[in-house]
Amino acid sequence: MSVGTPRGLASSGQKPITEIPHPLSAAEESLSPGPDVSISSGGDKDLELTNGTLVENSSPASASSTSTSALLSRLQVEDNFEADAADLYATTETRDLFVTVDDPKKHVSTMETYITYRVSTKTTRIEFDLPEYSVRRRYQDFDWLRVKLEETQPTNLIPPLPEKFVMKGVVDRFSEEFVETRMKALDKFLKRVADHPVLSFNPHLNAFLTAKDLNKRQGLALLTKMGESVKHVAGGYKLRARPPEFNAMGEYLDTFSQKLGTIDRIAQRILREQSEYLTELREYASVYSSWAGSEEELQRPLEGVAGCVTTCCGALEDLSENMSQDFLPVLREYVLYTETMKNVLRKRDQSQAEYEGRLEAAVLRKQEDRTPMPLEVEKCQDKMECFNADLKADWERWQCNKRQDFKQLLIGMADKNINYYEKCQTAWESLVTVLQDKQTEDKTSIGSHVPRRSGKSPPLMTASLVQAPWILLDALSDQRKAVGHSPHEDAGTCWESRDLMVGMGMRANRLKDRAAETFDIFVNSFFHYIPGYKSSKLLGYTVYILTKIYNINIFFLA
Amino acid sequence: MIMADSGSSEEAAVIGNTDITSTESENNIINTMVERGTSLLKKMEISVAEAEKRTGKNTVNMQETYTVYLIEIRQAESATEGGTPAAPDTLWRRYSEFELLRTYLLVTYPYIIIPPLPEKRAEFVWHKLSADNLDPDFVERRRVGLENFLLRVASHPVLSNDNIFFHFLTEEKGWREAVLDTGFQDKVDSRLKSLSAMLRVKSPDRRFTALKQYSDELNAVVSQLLRVRARVADRLYGVYKVHGNYGRVFSEWSAIEKEMGDGLQSAGHHMDTYAASIDDILEEEEHYADQLKEYLFYTDAVRSVCRKHELMQYELEMASQDLAYKKQQKEELVTGTVRIFSLKGMTSKLFGSESQEQRESRLSALEQSIEEGIEAVMEKNTECRDFVRAAWEDIERFKEQKDKDLREALISYAIMQISMCKKGIQVWSNAKECFNKIKLQSLLPNGSDI
Repeated sequence: MSVGTPRGLASSGQKPITEIPHPLSAAEESLSPGPDVSISSGGDKDLELTNGTLVENSSPASASSTSTSALLSRLQVEDNFEADAADLYATTETRDLFVTVDDPKKHVSTMETYITYRVSTKTTRIEFDLPEYSVRRRYQDFDWLRVKLEETQPTNLIPPLPEKFVMKGVVDRFSEEFVETRMKALDKFLKRVADHPVLSFNPHLNAFLTAKDLNKRQGLALLTKMGESVKHVAGGYKLRARPPEFNAMGEYLDTFSQKLGTIDRIAQRILREQSEYLTELREYASVYSSWAGSEEELQRPLEGVAGCVTTCCGALEDLSENMSQDFLPVLREYVLYTETMKNVLRKRDQSQAEYEGRLEAAVLRKQEDRTPMPLEVEKCQDKMECFNADLKADWERWQCNKRQDFKQLLIGMADKNINYYEKCQTAWESLVTVLQDKQTEDKTSIGSHVPRRSGKSPPLMTASLVQAPWILLDALSDQRKAVGHSPHEDAGTCWESRDLMVGMGMRANRLKDRAAETFDIFVNSFFHYIPGYKSSKLLGYTVYILTKIYNINIFFLA
Repeated sequence: MIMADSGSSEEAAVIGNTDITSTESENNIINTMVERGTSLLKKMEISVAEAEKRTGKNTVNMQETYTVYLIEIRQAESATEGGTPAAPDTLWRRYSEFELLRTYLLVTYPYIIIPPLPEKRAEFVWHKLSADNLDPDFVERRRVGLENFLLRVASHPVLSNDNIFFHFLTEEKGWREAVLDTGFQDKVDSRLKSLSAMLRVKSPDRRFTALKQYSDELNAVVSQLLRVRARVADRLYGVYKVHGNYGRVFSEWSAIEKEMGDGLQSAGHHMDTYAASIDDILEEEEHYADQLKEYLFYTDAVRSVCRKHELMQYELEMASQDLAYKKQQKEELVTGTVRIFSLKGMTSKLFGSESQEQRESRLSALEQSIEEGIEAVMEKNTECRDFVRAAWEDIERFKEQKDKDLREALISYAIMQISMCKKGIQVWSNAKECFNKIKLQSLLPNGSDI
């Protein structure tokens, strides 16, 4: 059996997981383009690579065969599943069919306008005559493939296609954006099929990938039979007892699709809010620049702020675009997936119903004339059990895929948001640096205007100011832990403690400096604020005043 | 309060004293933002320490609720030298008394740009912010604004020496009467009337015209900015709060997931934190808005100085016009010609020329009034010149202060933005960490990721 990829591989399946920086250091880390980012992108790549490695069963005949040996093999699969699950993401060696969908092209004929996509295949499988193929297919062809797969593999879970119908007028079917999104979805669909241990051996897939002209009417009649028997099943028959695991699946799907729907709605709402925010932000920037026009001294600062706001607009735009192109489609796919799952579950119920119906009839007859159990009842039972086994295997596979996809999706969401904030932060920081440089210039030129309180040796001040807070930081975070604040309990917490540090740092330096009274004010204000969890409010002012007096760079502190 | 020399016990005293915290710490900021070193602030520390709601009867015997503000004065010498600061002198003032003080200053020092009071009603608010006059947040922001006003007056080279102002700070009783005794209200009335009249100055001072135009521009742009900022705040609030829904849905979703459950659950908490963080961010931003508002209101003060200048210019021009007319009359009398058609010309033609004596006496009367006219013009001229000198000095001072303040405000705004970004990065990094904990491998017992 090809099932048994050796257990030993399981250990290699554990992927290195991105090291998470300490929460307090995270903000620091993210200042530099740094290792954090690159590691995580590496992790993404990992995920992508392993995405397709679901091949653990290369028996192509499972669906059409109802022989007991096939059933046995299936049960064996079931037994070995634990091992398989471990290997699922570890084995790349067994992958022998690679497909990609790309390069969309628009075709305009007299009858219709449509888009075709290039479907490229690379394979070592003997079922294929050549190692490489490249054909062009349109959406209809994908649809055909999916219908055929559904017909010939009724017991398997067929991945969903992107929705066919789009609201006319609302979405332009030929817009670059739409085509791009659809192409990605089709690619995903085909990859999922090609990576499926059973579906990938379906002759229709082979035809789809290789045939120069896809003859959709060409029957492959032999294989379509399986589906039919399932179709005309006594409707309305009540199942005696659905196995509990399938009940659980049904319940899971109900809740899951509901939550997915909510997430989808939230994501769309966020996009809407963001686009409104963006509109206002643009105007905000333009007001700053028009203000800059009527000022002399303030012209540069105001232009700087306008520039920063514009940069933030750009970053926000990127974020929204990323979310609508990467986040929403995946949600859509899974909404469709759950529909498919529900369908398959229904079909399974029908198959069970058919078996139970026949069994009941047979039992009745048996009581009358004592004939042996007819063969067709047994067949039905086989079929049902095949169905159950197939479904369970596909369910596990789907769960794995789902975890992987959502992990990737959610991490992606976090990354994009982090990236957005980093861009904004960089813009604002460079502005502050520029403005403060300008200010210190002014101050030295005006000179006597600002009471500099015997402004000797600011560098010394700076050094101790920088060190003191960090020493105190450790002490304080220990203290906080002891009190029972978890580090993540409140995002404000670490900010607050950092603010506190600044205050304490100044306190530590107080005696050394002439501006003792000023320090006193700071320290008092910080201590006042601690109980109220509001210290961040003061940060801006205080750091500013600090720089005003000592001309130190705030980035050492904050 | 326990006073001690050592730093630690001082700390303790301060920590223990938490009720007035939020108010006092802000005072300190404003304190340092207004330039020190002027005479009054060297001698004393001024703060508006508290606000209190009171109910009483007003003049028409109607029940009304109003807010009073506690002004604290601390003599500087005793605070620094003795080690133990003396108990501050305190007194209560109403907003209307601040208004009266400002009106008095406005009338008494027409050539000075009088610092504005904080807004009477909240303007340019975004929807979450209450526009209620007695709303504690609003009262608190007004308290900060009033204190800022006092500090601005106290740090002003001229205004800080005003007796009425000193009286305002030091004696609760009898102040209103003292102000009214100065008779400034008479001046208010006459001046206001002439100010409201449409003045056509023949030769306006270009500097003042430019200044007036600038203050109009500033007014327009700042109010526009404040309006847009309020809308931006609204939207930003929306974006954050909608993220909060992820918190709920993640935690509900986590209930049906085995391998993903923990990660989703805790990521949900971070989403909650994210949504909650916007409240503080926007509250902080409100201070920036207040700083802008101060300058929005300053534009009115600038304009009022400009108009006073216009008024003086107008009076000067009127006086010299009057003088010119009298001179012309005299010339007519002397030469006996009537250049322009006038009633007098008509009468002389109708009734014959006046007698010599009449002419003589009229001539001497005219000459005297010309003398007076010359004097009046000279007086107005000096008055005007003095005004321009004094006003321009204050305008220069104001410009410098404005550039400095607004730059500071912009920097502090940028720093706020940075801190918002950092908070955002923090929360999302935490969330990411949780997402990373999602386990991919299901049935493997030792397949934990981290």
